[in-house]
Amino acid sequence: MSTDTTEKVLPYDDVVASFDPVLGLEVHVELGTATKMFCGCPTTFGAAPNTQVCPTCLGLPGSLPVVNKVGVESAIRIGLALNCSIAEWCRFARKNYFYPDMPKNFQTSQYDEPIAYDGYLDVDVETDEGVKTFRIGIERAHMEEDTGKTTHQGGATGRIHGADYSLVDYNRAGIPLIEIVTKPIEGTGKYAPEVARAYVTALRELLRGLGVSDVKMEQGSLRCDANVSLRRTPSDTFGTRTETKNVNSLRSIERAVRYEMTRQAAVLEDGGSITQETRHWHEDTGITTSGRSKEEAEDYRYFPEPDLVPIAPSREWVEELRTSLPENPAVRRARLQQVWGISDLDMQTVLNAGALDVVEDTVAAGADQAAARKWWLGELARVANERGVELADLPITPAQVAGVEALVSEGTLNDKLARQVIEGVLAGEGEPDAVVASRGLAVVSDDGPLLAAIDEALAAQPDVADKIRGGKVQAAGAIVGAVMKATRGQADAGRVRALLLERLGVSE
Amino acid sequence: MPDTPSITREDVAHLARLARIDLPPESLDHYAEQLGVILGSVAQVAEVAAEDVPATSHPMPLVNVFREDVVRPCLTNEEALSGAPSVESERFRVPRILDEE
Ligand SMILES: [Zn+2]
Repeated sequence: MSTDTTEKVLPYDDVVASFDPVLGLEVHVELGTATKMFCGCPTTFGAAPNTQVCPTCLGLPGSLPVVNKVGVESAIRIGLALNCSIAEWCRFARKNYFYPDMPKNFQTSQYDEPIAYDGYLDVDVETDEGVKTFRIGIERAHMEEDTGKTTHQGGATGRIHGADYSLVDYNRAGIPLIEIVTKPIEGTGKYAPEVARAYVTALRELLRGLGVSDVKMEQGSLRCDANVSLRRTPSDTFGTRTETKNVNSLRSIERAVRYEMTRQAAVLEDGGSITQETRHWHEDTGITTSGRSKEEAEDYRYFPEPDLVPIAPSREWVEELRTSLPENPAVRRARLQQVWGISDLDMQTVLNAGALDVVEDTVAAGADQAAARKWWLGELARVANERGVELADLPITPAQVAGVEALVSEGTLNDKLARQVIEGVLAGEGEPDAVVASRGLAVVSDDGPLLAAIDEALAAQPDVADKIRGGKVQAAGAIVGAVMKATRGQADAGRVRALLLERLGVSE
Repeated sequence: MPDTPSITREDVAHLARLARIDLPPESLDHYAEQLGVILGSVAQVAEVAAEDVPATSHPMPLVNVFREDVVRPCLTNEEALSGAPSVESERFRVPRILDEE
């Protein structure tokens, strides 16, 4: 075990001045099928331990796997959406290893015959020269199964080192996974971290659009491993790479790639060499630490799975699935940008925040695009960031945001009160109307109480009142502020100002 | 007799590590010899198979055997754990694994 938590890093500017990064990204996505890949056990998240298991996914003697048709269909659709070729014939393979997360002592996967191969995904990244499109080559997308969940007991940290024993829940074992592997990503230079994040963001958007997965990174239904290597110049051969695992948010992908670049650069600048190894990402400290040295592919002793027959998707089937694909995300982005009439930069901000779907849905629910963007990129992005979740996973729906915005436009709420309503909805207090009612948040629109508050404020600050009467309209702010305070923010500041000036017989 | 593919002591030690089998060093040569004989036999079969005989991974000439995505009954937690040597908190209890994660 290694405790190299204080590894040296090089400042990022120095890294990109002296090195050329090459990335490789592996994304595992759990399919949203009703049942597992090779048996009829359900895939519900959060079920009691070892209640979604059967002889097949427990690897009991005499059981036989049968392939889930929807799993194969999803894999083909993902391949097509990534512009891949679909294999005319392919097989599953056994990936042999001894670790209790798979009761069979192997994982059923695909090895040299992936169902989809040789595609690409275009991603947009904001650069110093404006938004630039990077084409990310897709090496392959293959089918496999997820592993069980191991919890380490005893020891101080809950991690395996120092653990006395482990407990295993096989509910997740056998859930269909698609592993999507990029070709080496070159030519990104200093934008490597942003490109990595943009790729996973775009991939997640594509997968969500296909409806094949709920793509929830914090629940592990979308997971990313980042391979990073450095070389002195783009004409050099690839440097030794490390594979950082456990990178489970979009922000972490960017941070992990950046950290690993700065760490490797420091090693290389000191004349050292990079160890090819697995590294673990630590969200809290923002660093990676050394894991086990990577086993070589031959150590897994892959061989074709004898319990399953080959898959040979007919071209008719593939074409039928192609017609079921939704609008291409790039086309959709361009269309929405045009409909909303916003700049490249504003669009990029929406995309970077992973807010495209929620903003689109909020607009569809009746909100103005500017208001929809304001809420999701402002207040809600802040809350999501605090809670470490994605926007779509906040306990507020686009329809509810549109509902709050409707209350603002009809004058029931001002901005400050609207934020309190959002807060109430997030806290589970119900629909926006219910929060307004239960918290008593409607803007005070009856002039009576406002005039009373204005008179009180004028009486308390006679000097200010005189100034305003004398024509110093800018002094009105002090009185408006006092009235807003007295009404606990529930007044419309514009209305208070108008009433105040009317009261004092002055005009703007 | 075709050339017998050679298996070295080091190969056996490596395989033993992957298979988590604790082999005493004095047995490595013994197993290397036995595994060499097995590989030799497989090599003989491989020699019989001509170029026009494709490698096969399944005895039946079938493709596309699928199952609909329909939930079937599972085992209960008690049934699932009934054969486990050790159980805790509705989970399989297994020894700690060294040098791995
Ligand atoms: Zn099962």
